[in-house]
Amino acid sequence: MTFNWVRRISKLSRWQGAFQSCIFSCKRYSVQEQCRVPSSVVEAFRAVTGSDGVSMGTAVREQHGKDESVHSCRPPDVVVWPRSVEEVSALARLCHQHSLPMIPFGTGTGLEGGVGALKGGVCFDLQKMDRVLDFHAEDFDVTVEPGVTRTRLNSYLRDSGLWFPVDPGADASLCGMAATSASGTNAVRYGTMRENVMNLEVVLSDGTIVHTAGKGRRTRKTAAGYNLTNLFVGSEGTLGIITKATLRLYGIPEAVVSAVCSFSSVQAAVDSTVQILQCGIPIARIEFLDDVMIDACNRYSKLSYPVSPTLFLEFHGSERSLEEQVSLAEEITKANSGSDFSWAKDQETRSRLWKARHDAWYAALAIRPRCKAYSTDVCVPISRLPQIIVETKQDLTQNRLTGPIAGHVGDGNFHCLMLLDPTDPDEVQRVQEFTDRLARRALAMDGSCTGEHGVGLGKRALLREEVGPLCMGVMEGVKASLDPQNLMNPGKVL
Amino acid sequence: MSGRVLVGVKRVIDYAVKIRVKPDKTGVVTDGVKHSMNPFCEIAVEEAVRLREKKLMKEVIAVSCGPQQCQETIRTALAMGADRGIHVEVSGKDYENLGPLQVSKIMAALAKKEEASLVIVGKQAIDGDCNQTGQMTAALLDWPQGTFASEVSVDGDGLKVEREIDGGLESVRIKMPAVVTTDLRLNEPRYATLPNIMKAKKKKIASVKPADLGVELTSRLEILAVEDPPQRQSGVKVEHLVEDCPVASPSTLGIEVGGVLCCRGGTCLSSQYTVITAGLD
Repeated sequence: MTFNWVRRISKLSRWQGAFQSCIFSCKRYSVQEQCRVPSSVVEAFRAVTGSDGVSMGTAVREQHGKDESVHSCRPPDVVVWPRSVEEVSALARLCHQHSLPMIPFGTGTGLEGGVGALKGGVCFDLQKMDRVLDFHAEDFDVTVEPGVTRTRLNSYLRDSGLWFPVDPGADASLCGMAATSASGTNAVRYGTMRENVMNLEVVLSDGTIVHTAGKGRRTRKTAAGYNLTNLFVGSEGTLGIITKATLRLYGIPEAVVSAVCSFSSVQAAVDSTVQILQCGIPIARIEFLDDVMIDACNRYSKLSYPVSPTLFLEFHGSERSLEEQVSLAEEITKANSGSDFSWAKDQETRSRLWKARHDAWYAALAIRPRCKAYSTDVCVPISRLPQIIVETKQDLTQNRLTGPIAGHVGDGNFHCLMLLDPTDPDEVQRVQEFTDRLARRALAMDGSCTGEHGVGLGKRALLREEVGPLCMGVMEGVKASLDPQNLMNPGKVL
Repeated sequence: MSGRVLVGVKRVIDYAVKIRVKPDKTGVVTDGVKHSMNPFCEIAVEEAVRLREKKLMKEVIAVSCGPQQCQETIRTALAMGADRGIHVEVSGKDYENLGPLQVSKIMAALAKKEEASLVIVGKQAIDGDCNQTGQMTAALLDWPQGTFASEVSVDGDGLKVEREIDGGLESVRIKMPAVVTTDLRLNEPRYATLPNIMKAKKKKIASVKPADLGVELTSRLEILAVEDPPQRQSGVKVEHLVEDCPVASPSTLGIEVGGVLCCRGGTCLSSQYTVITAGLD
């Protein structure tokens, strides 16, 4: 929006309307002039949350219609800030009565457009519910509300010797991470959200409050009834609003060693990974960066790693067990003609060693300034990883696309950071087609179209291909049973 | 160089907590609020433990002054690697009035009693923000001080301390025994891990009273009131244009503030209003 527009129009006519239309015309989406939520309902919302718990301001709605994906902003009609599960339930009942779509919002750090309000409706911003409840150090569990983010929880826990290791990179809401079944760089050792959510408190589309494992229950294992907890993990807000999550905690590792090793080929790097896992080494992180990415990192962070496929490794454990783990891993990489291990123990040197991996996103963006980046996300069985990465790199070259690769090879999951010029429709098209081909390539190898980012808006057709029409029918049946009016985050996942 | 390090650790409200002022304005709400070790004290403990691990010091003693709950803070220091703890029991009115002067007297008395070669404390506590205890302790002991340390190394029979000052970095060499106060960039404190927390339960925490150390706790300060900072005023939609603004003067017209004219989403120069762009709320 250029400022001169504003000056000129406001001088020409003193009407608010003219000013307003100037601002609106400069946006790229079209904002409904008519809000779908009747004002009586908005008043009812205010009665529940208090007057500062409801907003229809354009800027506020825009903020809540966008996440960190490349999908365009789709703002809701109203944003509400409930302060407790009772308020969430009351608001949900109102929305249900008036058939209004509901979209839960955590930190807005999703990568698949999950918060876009395709049919307008009400965005439930849950950040005011931000308590850490019921921490049981002896039982290794804690319950959190949606406003608690990963780093905040770990800061809260730091004196207890425990931590929550699932680390998707962004400082995301833990309940949001449960909703998208997030994972991270140390999933290979500690698992993803699916393995680490013990219980959820969920508000269904009609306002019913449900505890998926029973209220207050927090056992390490159970055989009781249907696994509703894991039904909601990964449901991306389409089955209910998560208002509490009980999480499994782990001991903070006594010692950490990080190492870097480069290889002459992708095959050698992945073979090393597979062998390390098959040896039973409890490796905590094993990250793969391809030569394009390493080159970008060298330039961006002024490093001098050899420009070839590289593995970044991290080991957790006691001092003695680390010695064993590292020496065994080194034997394996050497056997695959890997370079010498560069490794580090203390925090400051480890950070330097891993700097390349940490800055990868920014390094990729720096390859082509003024471009946007889109991260693909597929997952295959580990043994198929070399093949898919080689084929993907060929695809990139053939189609003149820039896509440095970074991957959580221990899980068979990798990302191409596609750089695209959003103003070049041909390139946008080519990236879209590439992404679809990549997903289908993964599906053809017994893989999944999304390892950790979720289905969101853009992968619904791929989900259908992945699970097949019969399984899709079952999913749709579950959705119809829990949300017959399709009010919960419509247009996503299914 | 072999000696004892005395580390002061303070139990404060956790840095992530939203502070609330008590309705009677005598202080802030502390009941049921999460407390933890002052972050600068964590850095102090870490530095002391590293010195011992490098065999430059032989024992690390963690000290805390306050009520029974301070023992938790000492236990965290023990889990980080301190060898033993001393809990100086102060409670009730005495604790409410406990300030840097009283704590410095206690630290000075303990430093002499334990024959410490080095006293390390955080540069300030995140509740009081006083930045006085280390300096007063050094003065009472007549020891040299290296404050705002961003790097500490042993240099012969003394210490070389790199200090963070406004103009940059200053290196000083001080003879031992000495007092050091830690700044943020000195180190990154380790986390207490489960096995270390278990081991810490077996380490000793001695209890003493200030009177046993010959320290008298009367405060020369009286807290008159504790108040919230003034509430941010609610926004007012300004209906008029800059030219009509009663407070804008001819010299302020047409000034861009953050890319927008005054009274159009910029800052109201009269400071009376938080201005909102007309048409958006």
